[in-house]
Amino acid sequence: MHNFFLAIFILFLASCDVSQLNNPYSETEEDLSILYSSFSERPKHLDPAIAYSSNEYGFIAQIYEPPFQYHYLKRPYQLVPLTATEMPRVEFYNQQDEILSGVFDDQQITYTKYTITIKQGINYQPHPAFSSENLRLSLAQVEAINDLTDLPQQTRELLAADYVYQIKRLAHPKIHSPIAEIMKHYIVGFDAFSKQAKTLDKTAVKSLDMAGVEVLNRYQYSILIKGKYPQFRFWLAMPFFAAMPWEADAFYAQQGLKQKNITLDWFPVGTGPYYLSENNPNRRMVLTKNPNFHEEFYPDEGDTDDEKNGLLKDAGKRLPFIDKVVYMLEKETIPYWNKFLQGYYDASGISSDSFDQAVQFIGDGDAKLTDAMAAKGIQLQTAVTTSIFYMGFNMLDGVVGGDSEKARKLRQAISIALDYEEYIAIFQNGRGVPAQGLLPPGIYGFEDKQAGMNSVVYDWVNGQYQRKSIEQADRLMTEAGYQHGVDPATGESLVLYFDTTSVSVDDRPRMNWYRKQFEKIGIKLVIRPTDYNRFQEKMRNGNGQLFIWGWNADYPDPENFFFLLYGANGKVKHGGENAVNYHNAEFDLLFEQMRNMDDSEQRQQIIQKMQNIVRKDAPWVFGFHPKSFSLFHGWYQNLKPNLMANNRLKYTRIDAASRAEKRALWNHPVFWPLILALCLFILLLFPAVKAFKRRAKEIVQ
Amino acid sequence: MIQYILRRCLYALPLLMGVNILTFVLFFVVNTPDDMARMQLGQKHVTEQAVKNWKHQHGYDLPLLWNQQEKASEKLTETIFYQKSIGLFLFDFGVSESGRNIGADIKQRMWPSLSIALPSLVVGLLVNISVALMMVLFRNSYLEFSSIVLCVVLMSISSLFYIIGGQFFIGKLLKLVPISGYDTGFSAIKFLVLPVLISVVAGIGSGARWYRTLFLEEVEKDYVRTARAKGLTETQVLFKHVLKNAMIPILTGVVVVLPLLFMGSLIMESFFSIPGLGSYTIDAINRQDFAIVRSMVFLGSVLYIFGLLLTDISYSFVDPRVRLS
Repeated sequence: MHNFFLAIFILFLASCDVSQLNNPYSETEEDLSILYSSFSERPKHLDPAIAYSSNEYGFIAQIYEPPFQYHYLKRPYQLVPLTATEMPRVEFYNQQDEILSGVFDDQQITYTKYTITIKQGINYQPHPAFSSENLRLSLAQVEAINDLTDLPQQTRELLAADYVYQIKRLAHPKIHSPIAEIMKHYIVGFDAFSKQAKTLDKTAVKSLDMAGVEVLNRYQYSILIKGKYPQFRFWLAMPFFAAMPWEADAFYAQQGLKQKNITLDWFPVGTGPYYLSENNPNRRMVLTKNPNFHEEFYPDEGDTDDEKNGLLKDAGKRLPFIDKVVYMLEKETIPYWNKFLQGYYDASGISSDSFDQAVQFIGDGDAKLTDAMAAKGIQLQTAVTTSIFYMGFNMLDGVVGGDSEKARKLRQAISIALDYEEYIAIFQNGRGVPAQGLLPPGIYGFEDKQAGMNSVVYDWVNGQYQRKSIEQADRLMTEAGYQHGVDPATGESLVLYFDTTSVSVDDRPRMNWYRKQFEKIGIKLVIRPTDYNRFQEKMRNGNGQLFIWGWNADYPDPENFFFLLYGANGKVKHGGENAVNYHNAEFDLLFEQMRNMDDSEQRQQIIQKMQNIVRKDAPWVFGFHPKSFSLFHGWYQNLKPNLMANNRLKYTRIDAASRAEKRALWNHPVFWPLILALCLFILLLFPAVKAFKRRAKEIVQ
Repeated sequence: MIQYILRRCLYALPLLMGVNILTFVLFFVVNTPDDMARMQLGQKHVTEQAVKNWKHQHGYDLPLLWNQQEKASEKLTETIFYQKSIGLFLFDFGVSESGRNIGADIKQRMWPSLSIALPSLVVGLLVNISVALMMVLFRNSYLEFSSIVLCVVLMSISSLFYIIGGQFFIGKLLKLVPISGYDTGFSAIKFLVLPVLISVVAGIGSGARWYRTLFLEEVEKDYVRTARAKGLTETQVLFKHVLKNAMIPILTGVVVVLPLLFMGSLIMESFFSIPGLGSYTIDAINRQDFAIVRSMVFLGSVLYIFGLLLTDISYSFVDPRVRLS
């Protein structure tokens, strides 16, 4: 009998698969191509009228389809049709509602009309909202639902009316779209519609009309914009302007569903390549290939190097390639990084702790993978982001602000003293490029090398930027009336106040660095730590003196950066995004001229003039443009950095066989330390048992 | 007994009201409704009008505690405090600032918290008691001395070190279990092995020493001397007599903790990506989601009061000298 049980036990052990005991995924992949990724913070909103942060776009950009998108491969970024048949027909109208043709002045434009034609035969993902009986569920039926799959799923064709419906949703105050306040200045009738809809239910917008948005026919709609606003085409590539079926709002508005967290905000309904088949933001979210996805093909042309880099291998093939995308909640960087190295995540960023393990800088400043990473077949991709971090001077401040030569020279001196090359090397692991002006690389108007140099802060030496010396900064300080940093009013070091939300222990080295930079020119920098809300309040009231801020482009147009210094956007006076409250009449005039121009030599020249104005006035210390470093396993293919597009997933591919092979190779469990520990424990038992027996025989005292 | 329980329940009501008021005051001393609106609306293009709209929509455009402009009882009822906090007494937690039903989220998230906390408690109890008994069995010997030193060392190490070290050694080097993650049903077992093991090891130092103290107190008593004199072996004395009497304080110490097992452990859940209530609460604090914060504080208070009541009741069962009246 003992032998029988022993045999069963041995058979059981032998049949156990002891490879990859550390595999965190319980289901088998079978023949599916699955991408494994993660999210550290659950998205707050998946409603495209509300979602605006990058972690939310990571999901909804795969589900919702606006009429246009960015070309995946071509640079500079350019828009191409997505659900539209072609780029929008743009017509300009004067005050008499007459179409302007031929050569005309922009001042004559009263309205711009965008007419968009949608492709026929595009269907939505399967969803219960498209079945009319599911729009009249009883309380008992709702009670029985745990998931949307508990109801029969249907679909319908995408219509122009769906795009119009979404625009109306943007205007409804109860939806709290973050772009409502912007769009009311551009879309005709938007504000009036918003006031009309204020007291109505969200679903009521279906039957209300907005003056500037019209359904022309089943597949065509138009949007009327006040004046000329060429950047509107970029908004049309964002999920805000994607299609939304009215049935979705009607379905989710039914009583009882909200109590089960079954809402549009958590279960999107789109025409995109994927749909959200599982949404447990506490654990994992899963995108599954949309069985109704329309025909779309991998681009057959790109940049000059794309073919060499293997990015055109799948040219002309039908999208998407990946069947499923699994996002796991991963709050901490250490377990996430380790699972990436084990092959259980297909891509990863690089935290500061792991940077030296992954990347090394070679002689010419380029980054390359360490040998350990390269041996695993991991690829490194870097890209300068379309964003900027800067130190701002409050131009309303009596010391650092204003238009006087004294204040200007003070700001210029500080701009020289703040050595951002050093900052990037110390605090960013070299992941950044010092900014020469407002525009990052990749945005029209950016100029490279000497033509794009900030001559106030840099000299051109031996074909490279070289920061001016501290002596030059000192000279500027003297010209400003602060010789050696001494304030003549007090006879002591000039004191400046720096408001910051960087208040943790980890931020202390950074703050000390700033203090030392100012000390180089004799200024005493007083750090005023505060929380984010108090900081925002100070900015709104104009009570800050110096601060750090940043901006990430909404779209690849210089207007989206220059508006940050446009006088009419002043934060204190107008509640706008011009946080430094900068106002320069010449700059403002050039901005008004430049913002609506098409890309041309003339526009380029105006941009350079504006750059030179702000370099001279120095309302900002132009800090740096961050550089993103991403790691991908060798089996993850068709990857090209695209900082504008969020819907890249459909172009990428996973070599599942290669991944399975590598995972098996990298994840053999190691048992010998456990066996050794067990043996040691048993050995230690002997003296313990001996001592126990001896004690048992002792005479009790 | 019934009267005692009813009386304790009635005492709980003003206590919970006080907790509610305190939570409310503390939260709104640090955050204003404007701050909450900006947190929810994001960082880009947030205008004053958008903030006003959000506050009106979510009922945060009322006065905090007292509405001077209203009449009679509406001075109290037309306030943020009344609108947001009174429903708690009916266990109606409402909706979070991001629109999710809090009750549904709590029901979903409490089980993962429990799935770590309960095994950690049970296994930890068994291990700590065994180690403590062993230390008492070998008292005044080198074995006891080295055990005490080991316990002090284990107590001195930060729990964060245990977590990171455990993940590194067992998850990364030995590859015996997944480094982090969670699953439902029996599939969760492989994810719980490491966090439970770490909880037990991290708690041995303090737990074993505490139980050792309790056992030593009993071991010095007359009835133990009598038992030995009657010829019982040391193990019989320890397991049949000492353990039974020492279980009274052990049991009451465990019972008070039982309801709080639902609340979860923040650090453990964060590092192991366990979707429990600990991480739910801290996420809400970071996001300034008052609705979730007040719900979790209220729930924690109710569970704590319930735990104390359970302790009193269990004490009366295990110690016949104690009678509740």
